[in-house]
Amino acid sequence: MRIFAVRHTRGILLALLALAGAATAHAARVSDFGTVEWSEQITRFFSLRDPSVRYAVVGAVLIGICCGVLGGFVVVRRMALVGDTLSHAVLPGVALGFLWTTSKDPLAIFVGATVAGLLGTATVRAITATTRLKEDAALGLVLASFFAAGACLVTMIQRLPTGNKSGIDKFLFGQAAAVGRDDVVLMSVVAVLVVALVTAFYKELLVASFDRGFARAGGLAVVWVDRGLMLLLAFSVVVALQAVGAVLVSAMLITPAAAAYLLTDRMHRLLWLAAIFGVLAGLLGAFFSFIGNNLPTGPLMVIAASVVFAGAFFFGPRHGVVARWWRQRDHAARTQRENTLKALYRVCEERDFVGEGVTYRALAERRGETAAEAQQQGRALIAHGLATVADRTIFFTPEGRRRAAEIVRNHRLWELYLTNSANIAADHVHEDAERIEHVLGEEAVRELERRLNYAERDPHGRRIPSAAEIHQNAGHSRAPDLGQR
Amino acid sequence: MNSAPQLAPPLEIHDLTVAYHKKPVLWGVDVVVPRGQLVGIVGPNGAGKSTLIKACMGLVPSSSGWVKMFGLPLAQAVRRIGYVPQRESVDWDFPVNVMDVVLMGRYGRLGLLRRPSAADREVARACLDKVGMLPFADRQIANLSGGQQQRVFLARALAQEAELYFMDEPFAGVDAATESAIITVLRELRDRGCTLLVVHHDLPTAREYFDQLLLLNMNVVAFGATKDVFTTDLLQRTYGGRLTILSEVAHAVGATERAEAP
Repeated sequence: MRIFAVRHTRGILLALLALAGAATAHAARVSDFGTVEWSEQITRFFSLRDPSVRYAVVGAVLIGICCGVLGGFVVVRRMALVGDTLSHAVLPGVALGFLWTTSKDPLAIFVGATVAGLLGTATVRAITATTRLKEDAALGLVLASFFAAGACLVTMIQRLPTGNKSGIDKFLFGQAAAVGRDDVVLMSVVAVLVVALVTAFYKELLVASFDRGFARAGGLAVVWVDRGLMLLLAFSVVVALQAVGAVLVSAMLITPAAAAYLLTDRMHRLLWLAAIFGVLAGLLGAFFSFIGNNLPTGPLMVIAASVVFAGAFFFGPRHGVVARWWRQRDHAARTQRENTLKALYRVCEERDFVGEGVTYRALAERRGETAAEAQQQGRALIAHGLATVADRTIFFTPEGRRRAAEIVRNHRLWELYLTNSANIAADHVHEDAERIEHVLGEEAVRELERRLNYAERDPHGRRIPSAAEIHQNAGHSRAPDLGQR
Repeated sequence: MNSAPQLAPPLEIHDLTVAYHKKPVLWGVDVVVPRGQLVGIVGPNGAGKSTLIKACMGLVPSSSGWVKMFGLPLAQAVRRIGYVPQRESVDWDFPVNVMDVVLMGRYGRLGLLRRPSAADREVARACLDKVGMLPFADRQIANLSGGQQQRVFLARALAQEAELYFMDEPFAGVDAATESAIITVLRELRDRGCTLLVVHHDLPTAREYFDQLLLLNMNVVAFGATKDVFTTDLLQRTYGGRLTILSEVAHAVGATERAEAP
């Protein structure tokens, strides 16, 4: 015991719970498999030769499906804390099921854990119904007290002199390798139940989750939908315990579904994605647990699921951080180009459009920038086909000329609109127009023109380029060839 | 089925009392609503307007009294009832699009284990068209304005193809265009013989919109044709001593009298 206690200190996760027995089993496993090569382990895993590997893989897939599908509803119904409480509250039931049969009988444990889990959620309901405490406090209370009772019972069982007590410790952090044939049978039953019931009652689940009041007014027994969902959740948590462990099984409910929530706006797609992510996380967890000499599976599965979530968070095509950052950058660059075009247009306008081309120096002066900055902006215009450059002088391409006139028109129309319609003083409208000019669409501009009676001058007395003018100019005003100059 | 439903009124509320934590919110409500009426439920904040329609639909428990719809208890009349809840009552980030929400109006008719058919989708599309939201059918509901969200809720209620409608503040926080679109639809429903009970908070428009008004402040202050009920005296009794609202009422009543003067 003393030697084990020394090794115990290495396992930080296990030390947290100070369950001596957990460390005993862990240390024993390391010595069993320590000599096996990694490559050999990987081959063993993928060949599925060992029944234990087969059970672990099938179990991980089934758990991924159950947790993913139900997790979808947990996330959209804002029941994440309920899931967490349920998964912790099952532990005393596991221990009692174990004590009842004095062996690791899956059915006894299943029954005990389900009863404990449902008792936990019933306690939460009783507390919120009879006291002033709100749901979050009640959930936290039940989670902690049930889990504490479970942890004590598990420790007691490990000190019992009799009976086959191996494996009870794995209910904390999970061990896919400990999944047996009977466990897989139980998981299959639950998975079939979950998929069949969610498919059959999808529309009831959907409407009850989205709009409870409407569902009830339409005659749906929402209470039974809730109870059914809670029962399926309890079943799924309980069958997942062996592989994922009580501490982290709620993460398998929440994380894959949360990742899916970031990627889609439709519930059925969310459920599919969540199930796929759940399976992926389950398999990765089982795999790394196996090649890592039976490291606890639960944490590895949850890490895998969290990596998937991080992927969705950063790289999601619509709501992802990278995509959003990219769109912002794109918009900023376009705004910058359009401002350069506008400055070029203003320089031309000031000399009544006599002569073509604007020197870098004139542009830099106009915008109050250095020549180097002006050059950089010129290059951006060239890259987008809006201008050409010769002799340190910028010439509009037809497209550039058109776009420049458009931006100037947007700016001046908006200024005029604000001064005319919103009664804002002429010297207050410039800042606002600076932002609006880049986002006004063609239709909005037409509408503005109409409302302003096709006015020709802005509040500062400058001419507003008309739509007709812009389209004409696009035709014949072009930069001269380099050779001609 | 018994023969009563043919003649029975769409809604009969008898001595309905609702209490939250033993504090009464509604007290001895007695109302019989005739068929084909557009009824506004009007009263100050906390008068129990929402509670009344929720109690009718069995969404909040009543401590005494009963409600009959078409002469039947709620459970047997549930398919003939349509409901527009308050817009704030749901999470608009929920992963559904406009079409999904409107199809929910068909669920009650479908019953268990059946999926919406092509015909149901056609009904849903027609309902969306009626509220001017058909172009938004594929839009995720979070990307709608408040007025558009309210129209989607109305379209869902239309898809229920009910005979008796309960609507909880359908005009709250909507733009002028939506408001006129909604009232047009409500009048159409009434003209087809539907009965509508609408919780409303704005007095001046209440006078204009509704055939009948139910003035409510914990119990029924008055129920009758708008022109008979919309009087300074009755409104004052409904709103008690709330000064700001009283001046609003005075203004609205003044407008009525001026309009009727010539």
